[in-house]
Amino acid sequence: MSIVANRKSSPVAVANSQKNGRKKGPLDGFSRWANKHRKWVLAAPAMVFTALLIAFPLGWTLYLSLTDSSGSVRSDSEFIGLQNYGEVLTDFDRFWPAVGRTVYFTGGALAFEMALGMAIALLLWRPFRGEKWVRVAILLPLVATPVAVGMMWSLILDPNIGFANQALSWFGIPAQPWLAGQDTALTTLMFVDIWQWTPMVVLILLAGLTSLSDEPDEAARVDGASAWQRFWYVTFPLVMPVFITAILLRGIDALKTFDILYATKGKGGGSFHEVETLNVYAYGLSFDYNDYGMSSAVLIIFFMMIVGCIWLLTARKKRSNR
Amino acid sequence: MKNPRVLRVAGITTAAILAVGTLASCSSESGGGSEERSDVLNITLANHVWTDAIKESLPEFEEQSGITVNLTQLGEDQLSDQYNVKLNAGTDEIDVMMYRPLQEGKLFAQNNWIADITDQVTSAEDWNWDDFQEGPVGATTFDDAVVGVPIITEREVLYYRTDLLEAAGLEVPTTLEELEEAAAKIASENPGVAGFVARTAASAAVTQFSSFLYSEGGAWIDEDGNANLDTDAAKEAYELYGTLIREHGPENVSTDMSWPEAMAIFTQGNAAFYTEADSLYKNATDPASSTISDRVGFAQFPAGAEGSHPYNVPSWALGIAAESENSENAWEFIQWATSQEKMLEIQQAGVPGSRISVWEDPSATEDYPADLVEAINASFEGGVGFDRPQVISVAEAREIVGLPIVVSITGGDVDGAIEDAQAQFQEFLDDEE
Repeated sequence: MSIVANRKSSPVAVANSQKNGRKKGPLDGFSRWANKHRKWVLAAPAMVFTALLIAFPLGWTLYLSLTDSSGSVRSDSEFIGLQNYGEVLTDFDRFWPAVGRTVYFTGGALAFEMALGMAIALLLWRPFRGEKWVRVAILLPLVATPVAVGMMWSLILDPNIGFANQALSWFGIPAQPWLAGQDTALTTLMFVDIWQWTPMVVLILLAGLTSLSDEPDEAARVDGASAWQRFWYVTFPLVMPVFITAILLRGIDALKTFDILYATKGKGGGSFHEVETLNVYAYGLSFDYNDYGMSSAVLIIFFMMIVGCIWLLTARKKRSNR
Repeated sequence: MKNPRVLRVAGITTAAILAVGTLASCSSESGGGSEERSDVLNITLANHVWTDAIKESLPEFEEQSGITVNLTQLGEDQLSDQYNVKLNAGTDEIDVMMYRPLQEGKLFAQNNWIADITDQVTSAEDWNWDDFQEGPVGATTFDDAVVGVPIITEREVLYYRTDLLEAAGLEVPTTLEELEEAAAKIASENPGVAGFVARTAASAAVTQFSSFLYSEGGAWIDEDGNANLDTDAAKEAYELYGTLIREHGPENVSTDMSWPEAMAIFTQGNAAFYTEADSLYKNATDPASSTISDRVGFAQFPAGAEGSHPYNVPSWALGIAAESENSENAWEFIQWATSQEKMLEIQQAGVPGSRISVWEDPSATEDYPADLVEAINASFEGGVGFDRPQVISVAEAREIVGLPIVVSITGGDVDGAIEDAQAQFQEFLDDEE
């Protein structure tokens, strides 16, 4: 009996009875709906804004890619369907070599950065004396402007007056062409990218490592696992989601690298287009050749490639999260 | 999270669009009331010695006209990109624009990005449009409409080290053959010093290679408008330019050099001969930037099989942006900057201009090295009014015709490269028609 009486006088019951007795307002329906979907309602303004920011450039680029727009984007252009895509995909002089260079540059830079980043993060994982100074030193390349980095490395790697060749001469090694060589320029720039961006990978992986619990590692140690076994079978699987996040972030960045290539080799990626990646190629089509139709087609294909890569990686990350 | 799919799609698209949004940036435009801007003139100029000279005089113009000048100064490539983006978007933010008639003139005029100022130039009698040299005027005229006023002219001349020539007991070369012999002799007698240096990047080298081409009797395009790169004369020129740099140039030479890099090698005393535009002479004779400032000589471009035919071109001009709402003030500025007095003053400061009367005034060049003046005067006769193919998409054409230059420099198959370039250039010309 007392239980029933208590229930009747509970605050919730009182509130409900008051609410039910109140006259219904015109916004009550919306209010209930908004309350139910509050996470979407609150995020809506930002989502609409972002969607517009995404939709307009994408839609406009897609539209341009289906036209013969050139010279000026405001001048009349003809709708030519998928002709630009046909031309781009059968262009074995500029487009496919640019795809190859993009894959080589991104894959190479990413592989080195992830391996090196993981190694450095493991070294910095456990506290040691002077840790703060080492961390600051490692992060220095990250804070430099890519164009300034490009100019600095151009000077260091200059075939005649650069420090790099001078240093080689001290050990009796002949001068190398570095950025000047047709075959060596892209690899050289890949290593500049590695120099600049490995710290970012270190930063991400270090955050992942420090958030791990010590217990699994200690258990493995008690079981007599070697350092390598503990890393490969315990630490690495645990840090895998963070590792994939780092690949994702750095991969997108490396794919769209432009500034350092442009700052060191200029328009067209050098006289033989030796460092012309898809980004540099699309930029040249837009700004040097004023061929907006073709440029847009290249950008849309590039966009599809990026989306595809991210999709694959996020699917992998989802699996590793399970 | 219960809604990873939606968020993932949004996230992925956002990340990807950041990489692809290049074109969209073309459309950003900020407004500005025209009333506010009636007394503010927006001028965009390139980094050039002409700009340095005019900048010093801007307060004079502001005081005289009551107009406030808002100056934007950029490097050549950045300037070009800026025009592409802003003019494409139909901006009214640019009033006066400094542009390269041979590089961008046709494109800007065809796109209606630059205003027709025929009426203004022909009706300003005191200012005297007839006083401007015919070649430069031709380069700033499109379909009989004047779209720009030429401000700087240049010709290719031979820069050389007087001390090295003297030590080798050589006369100044007057033919390309003599130039090659002298470069070879000096390079062999002076370890570490190149006999010859010039631009090596495919596109940048085209303009300087043009004088070699013309002097050997070649041309980019024949009389019927077809590609003309596979003639014997053109092959000779490509071979010679490449050989001079490959055999007698700096060690480990790169194929990315434009004028700043090539000029640096010369002014650091590391080369005996250098072919370049005369308008850059101050870089070589100014002790602040050159270690050999007192040992630089100038000569007319050496003669090839068909004589000496260096380019003689207007390198920069001033125009008014077609969308400018301040065109009257823009024209007032152009008139002032290209007046006879101002042009004389700037020419005296070392920038070769485009006014006939200024060139006839001995005081205009009295501070120039005497041999440079002689070389410039000699270059007027036989000079060619363009230093690159005269097409709309000049950048693309330069890359095509420039490739055999770098193949030659690197010692590759020049004939094969010329054959490819000829086919590509013909296709390019057919497409542009």
